[in-house]
Amino acid sequence: MRIKAKIMDRTATFLLTAIAVLIIGVLFALLGFLLTQGWHKLNFDFLTSPPSIAEAGGGIGPQLFNSFYLLVLTMLIALPIGLGAGIYMAEYAPDNRFTRFIRLSIEVLSSLPSIVIGLFGLLVFVTMTGWGYSILSGALALTVFNLPLLVRITEDALRNVPPSQKEASLALGISKWRTITSVLLPAALPGIITGTILASGRVFGEAAALLFTAGMTSPDLVFHDFSLNSPTSPLNPMRPAETLAVHIWKVNSEGLTPDARDVADGAAAILVIAVLAFNLGARWFGTWLYRKITSGTQR
Amino acid sequence: MSHRGMEGSAVLAKNAAEPAVPLQHTRGSSMQTRLTKRNRHIHAENVIGRAIAMLCAAMLIILVLSISYFIASKGLATFFVNGVSLKEFLTGTTWDPEGEPAAFGVFPFILGSFLVTVLAAVIAAPLGIGAAIFMTEISPAFGKKILKPVIELLVGIPSVVYGYVGLTLLVPFIREQFEVLGFSVLAGGLVLALMILPTITSVAADAIEAVPQDLRNASLALGATRWQTIWHVVLHSALPGCLTAVVLGMARAFGEALAVQMVIGNTTKLPESILDPISTLTSGITLNMGNTIAGTPYNNALWSMALILLLMSFAFILILRILGRRKWASR
Repeated sequence: MRIKAKIMDRTATFLLTAIAVLIIGVLFALLGFLLTQGWHKLNFDFLTSPPSIAEAGGGIGPQLFNSFYLLVLTMLIALPIGLGAGIYMAEYAPDNRFTRFIRLSIEVLSSLPSIVIGLFGLLVFVTMTGWGYSILSGALALTVFNLPLLVRITEDALRNVPPSQKEASLALGISKWRTITSVLLPAALPGIITGTILASGRVFGEAAALLFTAGMTSPDLVFHDFSLNSPTSPLNPMRPAETLAVHIWKVNSEGLTPDARDVADGAAAILVIAVLAFNLGARWFGTWLYRKITSGTQR
Repeated sequence: MSHRGMEGSAVLAKNAAEPAVPLQHTRGSSMQTRLTKRNRHIHAENVIGRAIAMLCAAMLIILVLSISYFIASKGLATFFVNGVSLKEFLTGTTWDPEGEPAAFGVFPFILGSFLVTVLAAVIAAPLGIGAAIFMTEISPAFGKKILKPVIELLVGIPSVVYGYVGLTLLVPFIREQFEVLGFSVLAGGLVLALMILPTITSVAADAIEAVPQDLRNASLALGATRWQTIWHVVLHSALPGCLTAVVLGMARAFGEALAVQMVIGNTTKLPESILDPISTLTSGITLNMGNTIAGTPYNNALWSMALILLLMSFAFILILRILGRRKWASR
């Protein structure tokens, strides 16, 4: 009986270790595959030239720019709202029905399929506003998609600030709002920034919510035209904008160019590199900022 | 803040010009006036700050209500405007929205969504919970240093990239192994399993970590092996948390659109085995929403499919809430 139990124990330990190794192996195989497949496409020409419709040799320049521009616009809209709601949930929210309803709303929003958010965007930000497929519609849809995460990040970061700091500030006679903005927020900043960078990675790779809001086409951008209302201006928020993630999907489902596979390889590699950069950047920056602010050595 | 300070120094300067008043006293009274004078301003700032924060939080409620309202109002048109019966819609097996007469049976889509979701959960649950046990019970140091970052990176990889890898690696592999089309329920389930694995692992790891150390110590002191302790004590007490992890993963799998659409083949025929192609609710919407005209019965039917997705995500939340309550009751 005891020997049997010991054998079971050994077997289980072995199996569990095997699972852990398998998962790590899968990640490295995945990254290795994507990077080796796309490596030969990663040159300046591919990253800057526009895609071609029917022949080989197109690039992903506009898509790459659109992805970043959409990310910036989304964060400009989503961050203030997310911060505000996070502050409310961490510092003000009393234990009542209203607060419970907000919690439920956060839960619902974060579990909604992104395609459903995209459809809501299509109905409200594209059709009802009459904007058509546009960067602004896409940014608003992504705001809906991203908001619950930002609220959670802000709330957690604020709650992790030691209560003694808040009490010290209140005891000095500093008002509650001032305490929040000048004591709690700076102390919570590393957490908020790390979380926001990770959330940015998610926004950068999102495609389903953008298919029917930012659209699946991109006009020929003129990169020296920076007026906000010219249809070929890269900065015009009312033009349609296909992002990198959407481009990968489109090339695979309806790509007509002979090198569609190549283009998708390159685009996927770029997307993965960007996500890796966001992830490692968040880690590195969070630790650095934490050290800078607190003179502590570890998180 | 700054103009307050200037006011204060102005008061000080004025008092300094009158040497008859003792300095100590002056400081005190100016502090007093400053504190009382500021009060109203501070009060206004507090109220406005709180109101803005509350408004932002209320925005979340408005969003959820308007999403539910708009999706429902479009989705219900199929039944109220186009006169399709709910029973025919949910259980009909023929999807021919442009035929004469048009048939709006979305059962194949619903079946597809459930099949890939369940398959993904069956594959990912043991692996995810296993990995969670490994990183909390077997080797916490290795788990924290290596496995956790790996899991976080897996979460970060965009779903189109998973779909693309599925399309270029998995589909050809299945095609050669089984001599079928390759686009299949199996491919969809495997891609989804990989996508929900990190969710399951991290949530389950939190649940297992929350099991009180006393329970483990007591079990080990009774002479149980580590595995006996994990199996009979730790997992037993972390069960609601592990179930939560699996349901969260399934909710994510059910709503995933592009990765699944790329590998499952998108036919509306009922599958005979998991090697056959299939459609899901999300893939049906993704492929057809752009090609149909708003207001047509075809388009409305797609919105009804979105409504099903919305209701399913409510259902998942309900299940999660019930599981959450269980967890508290057993403590």
